[in-house]
Amino acid sequence: MTAVLETPPTVTTTVDARGSFCPGPLMELIRAIRESQVGDVIAVLSSDKGSKLDIPKWIEKAGHRLVSLTTLDGYDEIVVQKAR
Amino acid sequence: MQRIVILGGGVGGTLTANLLARKLGKRIDRGEVDITLVDALGAHVYQPGFMYIAMGGEREQRLSRPERSLLDAPVNLVVDTAIRIDEGARTIVLAGGAALPYDYLVLATGCRIVPESIEHFDTEAEHFYTAAAALHLRHALDAFTGGRIVVGIAAMPYKCPPAPLEVAFLIESELRERGLREKSEVHFCSPIGRAFTIESVSEMATPIFAEKGIELHTFFNVDAIDPERKVVLSLEGEELPYDLLVLVPPHKGQQLVIDSGLAPAPGGWLPTDRHTLRVGGRPNVFALGDATDLPLSKAGSTAHFEAPVVVEGIVAAVEGRQPAGKHATYEGRVMCFFEVGDGKGTLLRFDYEHPPTPPEPNAIWHLGKIVFNKTYFHTVPRGRV
Repeated sequence: MTAVLETPPTVTTTVDARGSFCPGPLMELIRAIRESQVGDVIAVLSSDKGSKLDIPKWIEKAGHRLVSLTTLDGYDEIVVQKAR
Repeated sequence: MQRIVILGGGVGGTLTANLLARKLGKRIDRGEVDITLVDALGAHVYQPGFMYIAMGGEREQRLSRPERSLLDAPVNLVVDTAIRIDEGARTIVLAGGAALPYDYLVLATGCRIVPESIEHFDTEAEHFYTAAAALHLRHALDAFTGGRIVVGIAAMPYKCPPAPLEVAFLIESELRERGLREKSEVHFCSPIGRAFTIESVSEMATPIFAEKGIELHTFFNVDAIDPERKVVLSLEGEELPYDLLVLVPPHKGQQLVIDSGLAPAPGGWLPTDRHTLRVGGRPNVFALGDATDLPLSKAGSTAHFEAPVVVEGIVAAVEGRQPAGKHATYEGRVMCFFEVGDGKGTLLRFDYEHPPTPPEPNAIWHLGKIVFNKTYFHTVPRGRV
């Protein structure tokens, strides 16, 4: 049996919403999703503490795929793939 | 001669001009300082009154005054449209052909609605962001005899954040008064995961939706309107049928500030320092009110509390000192009334560090809003409150 290692998808667009406050980062992500193709991968950088709660909830509701959520130095990186 | 140019004759521009004229009166008299306000209409319009054209018997004529009548005598008024800000030459190019030089520039340019960015908005959706649209909504409500009303926010940010919630609450009250409530459904759509951007206000408002039987739909970002099926579709894949659709239209900053390289496209919001209100690190350009990218309500109240900080920043620069005193920096202060229907209202008071703790809605705050609206032209733009 061969193990298949899934490599993270390449980020298509990065939305740097650091310094923006709720709901700014979510609105920036929504704008990027509107302008993207299915399969594109968008990374949102947000220093607003609410984003790591709100954005995954929105991704689930909107039917996209949460690729990763990483807390970095003073901000979170949320990576989402447009699924439909 | 130090020349101060203010673009925009709304709350922020008018109040800034009048406060500057008072602080710099002696220098103006000596010919050392000149203050000019540029406004395309030459009229000061009280935009919060539009909602009451739809919901409270207000009339358009009562919501406007000649800008000249609100400005202190030393302030020059130019009624013209600014078409370009030439930062290199420090001049404002006017549609009439003149070029207006400045040493200090105040951008009180507000924002604009762009309903045309959603197909079929103009023919299918009602709104209350112009006097004419608010009157059209009033007529649509008068003709309404029962069915599904959907109230929503097409995009963020937008002017007067409580307004769509207020309209939903007021429409629901009106339906009960007219005996139409049993024959009607009221739905409210929010683009974010709760009813209102500020969590404490959302916690206050959410039970009111439940009490009034208004169905709350969160994470509903308007994607399209289907006029054949009479449904509004969300980016998240939901659709809501409507008989009457009331949507806050999408907003943008002014094309002037995008074209002049001061604000990024497509939004056009001016990158503004949250404490000094300077634009993009420029020492001599300030912004206030709806034009900024600050994480605050786009409301007259915001401009009202920002104006003294812009004024202190400019006066200090003219006098060759650092800004000082209680208006040295802006701390995000905002105060606005919030109607909940049935003759009741509450008050939202907050700043960057302190979220609002709205009092239990009562008749006093509703009356407070009415009195504020009726006395506005005598108070805020003239710097009396």
